[in-house]
Amino acid sequence: MNTPVRRLATVVLVMFLALMVSATWVQFVQAPTLNADQRNVRTLYNEYGNARGPIVVGGESVALSEPVDDVFGYQRLYPEPEVYAPVTGFYSVVFGRTGLEREANDQLTGRADSLFWTRLQDLLTGRRPQGSAVETTILPAAQEAAYEALDGLRGAVVALDPRTGAILAMVSTPSFDPNLLAGHDTAVVNEAYRALEADEDRPMVNRAIGGDTYPPGSTFKLVTAAAAIEAGLDPDDEVFAPRELDLPLTSATVQNYGGSACDSGDTTTLKNALRISCNTAFAQIGMDLGADALRRQAEAFGFGEALRVPMRVTPSTFPSDPDAPQTAISAIGQFEVRATPMQMAMVAAAIANDGVQMQPYLVERVRTADLAVVEEASPTELRRSVSPATAEALTEMMVEVVRSGSGTAAQIGGVEVAGKTGTAQHAEGEDPHAWFTAFAPADDPQVAVAVVVERGGSLGSEATGGRVAAPIARAVLQAVIDG
Amino acid sequence: MATVAEHSVRPRRGAELGLLAIAVLLGVGAYAIIGLTVTGEIPANTRNYSLGLAALALGSHFVLRWRAPYADPVILPVAIALNGIGLAMIYRLDLATRNNDIPDTFASRQLAWTTFGVVLACLVLVVLRDHRTLRRFTYTSMLVALGLLMLPLVPGLGTTINGARIWVRLGSQSLQPAEFAKIALAVFFAGYLVTNRETLALAGPRVLGLQLPRWRDLGPILLVWGASIAILVVQRDLGTSLLIFGLFVAMLYLATERLSWIVIGLVLFLGGAGFAAVSFSHVGARFDAWLNAFDPEVFNRAVGGSGQLVRGLFGMASGGLFGTGWGEGRPQLVPYAESDFIIPALGEELGLTGLVAILLLYLVLVQRGLRTAIGVRDGFGKLLVGGLAFAIAWQCFVVVGGVTRLIPLTGLAMPFLAYGGSALLANWVIVALLLRVSDSARRPAPSSSPPPAATPASVPTPPSVPTPEGDDENPTQVVRPGEATR
Repeated sequence: MNTPVRRLATVVLVMFLALMVSATWVQFVQAPTLNADQRNVRTLYNEYGNARGPIVVGGESVALSEPVDDVFGYQRLYPEPEVYAPVTGFYSVVFGRTGLEREANDQLTGRADSLFWTRLQDLLTGRRPQGSAVETTILPAAQEAAYEALDGLRGAVVALDPRTGAILAMVSTPSFDPNLLAGHDTAVVNEAYRALEADEDRPMVNRAIGGDTYPPGSTFKLVTAAAAIEAGLDPDDEVFAPRELDLPLTSATVQNYGGSACDSGDTTTLKNALRISCNTAFAQIGMDLGADALRRQAEAFGFGEALRVPMRVTPSTFPSDPDAPQTAISAIGQFEVRATPMQMAMVAAAIANDGVQMQPYLVERVRTADLAVVEEASPTELRRSVSPATAEALTEMMVEVVRSGSGTAAQIGGVEVAGKTGTAQHAEGEDPHAWFTAFAPADDPQVAVAVVVERGGSLGSEATGGRVAAPIARAVLQAVIDG
Repeated sequence: MATVAEHSVRPRRGAELGLLAIAVLLGVGAYAIIGLTVTGEIPANTRNYSLGLAALALGSHFVLRWRAPYADPVILPVAIALNGIGLAMIYRLDLATRNNDIPDTFASRQLAWTTFGVVLACLVLVVLRDHRTLRRFTYTSMLVALGLLMLPLVPGLGTTINGARIWVRLGSQSLQPAEFAKIALAVFFAGYLVTNRETLALAGPRVLGLQLPRWRDLGPILLVWGASIAILVVQRDLGTSLLIFGLFVAMLYLATERLSWIVIGLVLFLGGAGFAAVSFSHVGARFDAWLNAFDPEVFNRAVGGSGQLVRGLFGMASGGLFGTGWGEGRPQLVPYAESDFIIPALGEELGLTGLVAILLLYLVLVQRGLRTAIGVRDGFGKLLVGGLAFAIAWQCFVVVGGVTRLIPLTGLAMPFLAYGGSALLANWVIVALLLRVSDSARRPAPSSSPPPAATPASVPTPPSVPTPEGDDENPTQVVRPGEATR
């Protein structure tokens, strides 16, 4: 009877081998698929229940995870929700992630490739894996100044360090409270989300970089001026600047703001045209240069390119094939020219940085829970936008804008500010968007800024970039320079 | 081959003591780690718990020294280790579901059942001095087994829990009589087969190269097949049905050495199960939940859906290769994680590594049982331990295969690990029987075997004369010429 016992032992062995293969199939081969299954709440709990790293601004956490006593184990908190919402985004069990919570998720959860050794250490020492801290480039003073200056108006501010591309401020108002979406009660979160979605101010849209692009209006004259100077025009050269410019092929005309003249005669210098934001002069320059030259210059400033900072920046656009009158209107930032505040800040930053445009970035460094730096930003050049000489000429012209032109509201005592106003028509019968882009100090730029205030803000139809947006830009510039 | 003889005479109780220490440490360590991870501190009663577990291990160890000094030294430590792991996981699930404020938790009840189980095992070892005594109760066992199996059907006594009528309510406790029926059936099969193996092994017609038994000898297998199908249909218990039938087919094969019995058994069972799947909705639902587990409709079906199975798979997948660690996973997300789904819970927290280690523990236990079957001299003992050892393996296969979706899910409990008093008691009795038989298997035969020291390694021991009855065979340590060449 021993032979069948031995054979039975073999059968038993085969049975157990089958079980081991089956377990391996489930726990190893199929595991990724099973873990990704939407019905697997464990994945959700693991995802939302780990010690997620904080998002740090100037040494303070603006998003952090605190242990709580529920199934998730951790609650995401935003101590200064509205000010930093455009930076942090939200982190929701129900609606996923946006902003840095989304783009830096791998670092925050500790799953990034750069954290491989940390994970290995955790595995070997049996320590619970912890997410890393993401330190941003945001300067709290600049961010807060911008948020307060916008004062609840619909608008956005972007401030860059022109030398590095570091994003010093990124504000979009009206903002929202990510804490409302970070709760663990699905019904409450759902209701909060619906309310935010229904809000016609669209508080969850990050106006600084995404979703919305605006006609840049006269701030685009910086691009047109840059193209003209690169093409050989001198700031002191006279340009055609009538009170009213007839556009070829149409009965339409281009007028100056308020229908005023740009100078005593029918011409003025390029410098003066920029100083007072003379529409007819720039429309004529645009037609003289042609659409292709304008587009080339716009692209040299970054138009048409989708950036990641690491959030995606909506590409700004220059119309693809405008005819002569359309080119004229495009040259003053109207028609189908669209730009994000980030784009216009990059234009100012490139001029400030001797014509070299730096890649904007929001994450300065990533630290593990035991404070070891695993990632550190290194400023990279995007491209040369204009020659150093052109940059210098443009700077001088922009200084005049603030000294005695349309942007006097941006003056700062003891500091030379270079800027450009913009007042952009966007729809018939609607109040214009107010723009201002600037950098300071003009001789040694530390900060470049772009401000947009939708529909003229509090001044409505009376609004201009100089009156509405320039004071906001001034507050941000001041905050950076004082800081 | 001579080394086998030398090996089998040493009682090796010291080795058992060492292994027991490791087994107790495994259980107590798990218990402490779980407390530390889940609540932040080592449970206050860890000292008492470790003393209790150690006392059970030591107590049974001394009973073995006293009553069965030659018993296999590995079986008891493996059982203690598995029981300890199961207790730890049940305690962990108690903590997760936060009913630890109630004194009567799953863990404390399981601990009480463990104590009863070990004490019962010791009693069996003390009372049952020779397993051959059981042969006298062959037909009594059959009646007891049938009675136990029918017990849940008695009105007022049986209760239907989760669709299966396999429970008997006694006061506040519910018992699963099928667990005990398993042992009684093994005794009956062993006694019946050892007497009738000659008849059953007689050659009948040859079909497709298979030597079939004579038609008139098919009676018993048809009877057991009928009984197991009846259980499947009437009590809605696929697991027990599968267990009984598997046990019987394996023991038939052990007794007759005829492959045809296995083929007949498989064909009959698959046919019956297939018929049941088509004809009875609850059986069909099981198959549907197995084959289309990930289908959203099947997953969300409230009754008979695959939700539990798939959640178990999710748990195991989240454990991956190395597991989350004791207390770090979320095994409580799977319904009945402490009983039917304790394997996914362990797979989640201990990982594939831990699960394979646990499977290896079972494999070692089963193989030691089968080793005992080879070693023991009498046919009844061979069949009994062979059958019981296979029953453990078969139960593991059905349970683990079910939760890993290798086979359809059935409602069987994992021996020693899963929560459940009846199963724990029954399995400890099985351990006692394995130990009892292994004692006589490894005990040097007083007349035929000379003391090992006097046996030169190169000289084979002369074969003993086979007994005329045919149901007693030679001990393995005695090398038969035919076996030596295999």
